[in-house]
Amino acid sequence: MTSSENFVHPYIPNSVPSVRQAMLEEIGAASIEDFYADIPAGIRLHRPLDLPAPLRSEAELTRHMEELLARNTSTRQVLSFLGSGCYQHHVPAVVDEVVNRSEFLTAYAGEPYEDHGRFQALWEYQSMMAELLDVEVVNVPVYDGFQAAGTALRMAGRVTGRRRVLVATAIDADKLSRIRDYVRPDHDVTVVPVDPETGSADLDALHQELAAGDTAAVYADAPSALGIVDSSLPRLAELAHGAGALYVVGCNPLTLGVLAPPSAYGADIACGDIQPLGIHQSFGGGNAGFIATRDEERLVAEYPSRLFGLAPTSVEGEYGFGDVAHERTSFALREEGKEWVGTAAALHGIGAGVYLALMGPRGMREIGDTILAHTAYARQCLAQVPGIEVPYGDALHFADFTVRYTGGRTAAEIRADLKERGIYGSVPTGEHEAAFCVTEVHSKADIDRLAAALEEIVK
Amino acid sequence: MTAHHAPAPVSPEDARIAPKPRLRRFQQASWDEKLIFELGSPGERGVLVPAPDPSIAPVEIPPTLRRAAPPALPEMSQQQVLRHYLRLSQENLGADLNIDVGQGTCTMKYSPKVNDQFVRDPRIAALHPLQDEDTVQGVLGIIHSLELLLKEISGMDRVSLQPAAGSAAIYTNVAMIRAYFAARGELEQRDEVITTIFSHPSNAACAKTAGFKVITLHPDADGYPDIEALKAAVGPRTAALLITNPEDTGIYNPRIEEFVRIVHEAGGLCSYDQANANGILGITRAREAGFDLCHFNLHKTFSTPHACGGPAAGACAVREELAPYLPRPTVEFDGERYRLDDDRPESIGKMRPFYGVVPNLVRAYAWIMSLGAEGLRSAAETAVLNNNYLLHKVRQIPGVSVPYAQGRPRVEQVRYSWQKLHEDTGLHSEDIGLRAADFGTHYWTSHHPYLVPEPMTLEPTESYTRDDLDEYAAILAEIAREAYESPDTVRTAPHRSTIHRVRPETLDDPATWAVSWRAYRRKILGGAAR
Repeated sequence: MTSSENFVHPYIPNSVPSVRQAMLEEIGAASIEDFYADIPAGIRLHRPLDLPAPLRSEAELTRHMEELLARNTSTRQVLSFLGSGCYQHHVPAVVDEVVNRSEFLTAYAGEPYEDHGRFQALWEYQSMMAELLDVEVVNVPVYDGFQAAGTALRMAGRVTGRRRVLVATAIDADKLSRIRDYVRPDHDVTVVPVDPETGSADLDALHQELAAGDTAAVYADAPSALGIVDSSLPRLAELAHGAGALYVVGCNPLTLGVLAPPSAYGADIACGDIQPLGIHQSFGGGNAGFIATRDEERLVAEYPSRLFGLAPTSVEGEYGFGDVAHERTSFALREEGKEWVGTAAALHGIGAGVYLALMGPRGMREIGDTILAHTAYARQCLAQVPGIEVPYGDALHFADFTVRYTGGRTAAEIRADLKERGIYGSVPTGEHEAAFCVTEVHSKADIDRLAAALEEIVK
Repeated sequence: MTAHHAPAPVSPEDARIAPKPRLRRFQQASWDEKLIFELGSPGERGVLVPAPDPSIAPVEIPPTLRRAAPPALPEMSQQQVLRHYLRLSQENLGADLNIDVGQGTCTMKYSPKVNDQFVRDPRIAALHPLQDEDTVQGVLGIIHSLELLLKEISGMDRVSLQPAAGSAAIYTNVAMIRAYFAARGELEQRDEVITTIFSHPSNAACAKTAGFKVITLHPDADGYPDIEALKAAVGPRTAALLITNPEDTGIYNPRIEEFVRIVHEAGGLCSYDQANANGILGITRAREAGFDLCHFNLHKTFSTPHACGGPAAGACAVREELAPYLPRPTVEFDGERYRLDDDRPESIGKMRPFYGVVPNLVRAYAWIMSLGAEGLRSAAETAVLNNNYLLHKVRQIPGVSVPYAQGRPRVEQVRYSWQKLHEDTGLHSEDIGLRAADFGTHYWTSHHPYLVPEPMTLEPTESYTRDDLDEYAAILAEIAREAYESPDTVRTAPHRSTIHRVRPETLDDPATWAVSWRAYRRKILGGAAR
């Protein structure tokens, strides 16, 4: 049976019946069914798939999709103060222009010969991230920051041969879930609670955990899940190293125009998510992860992901590219390689590279300064709203911050009332606690509007 | 202004416009483009950033947390950045530009442009994942509907679209298998996963990463996974079989039900790697073959662009008894409203931030909706026709053979061997790939290990015309002719690419590998200035 005989679709040129027939004749086959001879009748689907009728024309499809899109209200249409791992930043037009080029968008695993541009663009991404992170090795992007953290910790575990992972700063529950799942066969994760007053790492408690021994890695997030850039980040390095553990820091790369990179305060492995570097929010679909280390063989050997390297060609004055230490990977060694590698998020690396090149050192410094100032201003404004407490007063915050509602209303109620006023924000982190986020896209007036709205709502 | 001359008479012979040659003349762009660090000059700006209102005070950063010196990023004006990247894009051969059948096992098909428009719309691109559910009913509806479509396409009971890619979906399935046996108290006993040597390396690697011991089945004399080896491997330690069908050789294992039965009888689960599903859409499903779990690569089978190696997207489909372990949250629909369900106590947890690679979920949904049941079947049948047509053409080229399962058809792709050509000429499959670049097309050998010597895997999919397939076969025939008649042409290829042959030695030596500009400057240039 050839059910699709008269279905000629623009995406399927050889579905034209006469073409099909001519091809079959040339092969010497009676029908397409001949090619399925190895699929037993007992496991055939003897009916058409039960799917909706196709929207065959582009016009019909567009109309259908338009109806669905109309049921979304985006952060362009309203004022949004949502962050918590996905950030609303301005995406420069040139970034979109480059990543939407067919040559990049539709390429895949080409060789350095027909895909030289992809290799160079990704090597340059690695190089610009290396400048930002003050290291020499950064990988081609992995899926996201969660995966990067899990892999960084497994790398630390293989280097030290130890079992325990200690989390020293406040960590996002979903990120912790991903890390726990990923390191489970080899590592136990202990979250050391932060000091409830300061929101910062509890050094005494960490010290006690380290004294128990067998620690592969101390992990910190900068900023933490509370939005805090912990002043004890350098001290954590000393404690980790004193116990023979590696220090792994997850960081937001957009902070690094103004804040010290993890390597500057002792991190052995830095990791994180590049979504803030020119990648759209896309309902949480725009994340991509990085891992960064010094150029030490014992560390480089533990990367599971691709590392592109610069290499000479047979012609002097040409830059060639290729995979560094390919034999590390599961591509080369299957289960004997390090973890696994497959299609991940390379195009986001190209986009982030364009973003960093556009921003340059001054742009990165200015955006960092602006976000720090906006965050501090928003915290001050909200602290003045009756019924709101803004905890962790002195701690440095970047983009994300938390508040407590003391007026009796719940975070969920306040969030709903904000939405009524055309404002997205107040992600509940507890019954009477919530997270907000400000970036460079917000103006003073936006923040004032949020404070005014909350003043009407919270009590 | 040039003087105006009356045209001289032209003879018909002089005016003859010769037809194009049989084989395309191609020259890839070669801009001899500098590295980005060699461009620009201090002070140039590519983009300006909003400054805080003057009334907002700047923040003092504690000295230990302040960056000591600015990052040494390039400083370039906007057009220079754009030009640099557009030159690099011209030095890259996307699937939109070439007959991309040479990346077998990866299902390079057309990604409709209209689908890209949907994901660039701010009502997808500017949605935040923590918005109120009422404000994202459209995208939640798309995710939920895509789950239902894949449920029917696989025959399984429940689908998660959270995995970030095909390998992430393989890992997700292994994590669910682990959770399933842990819940039954059998995990210590069941610590082995069985896979096959022709399956993607990620099957073996994900199982190992999740803590399982890996047993690899090799093919029997006909190239089918060896059923005797399976019987010898299976037992009370077996947690699962991870298998692809058709395998990357293009051969469909007709005893797949028996494989599944043997593993089930030993108490193990069966997970179907459906990376090669394109040729069997609507023909046979994971359900009918008895599998407990399967996964799809949405960027392959369902036509989302491959994006230089991602972002991709994966889908996991499972039977009811495994549904409790699916990643959280799930998308639920009560008949009126979509919502996210995070309250799933037995879930393996989060596989990635939020809900999946949403732009690719939107594209895959649009692709399936534009084809329907009839169209999916047409895609599968046409892909299989194209594959066997190309097989028929390539088989006639001197030096090529088609190992295993003689006389049997192939499904979605074929793993060929250039062993004969290698023995005759000394040239390798890789040399052929480098020469193929001179004709404006991409060619990849195959995954390691090379069980098939001097391998080449071609997968034409449904997207290419008969002319395209004829052209690709003619390119291979031309390269084979050159290999026998003027082997140096092939040995020294590429000749018309952006660059010439890379000397890879430096990439494996810690003293010379250069993963970044600063490593290159330190190790190779010896710290020399630009």
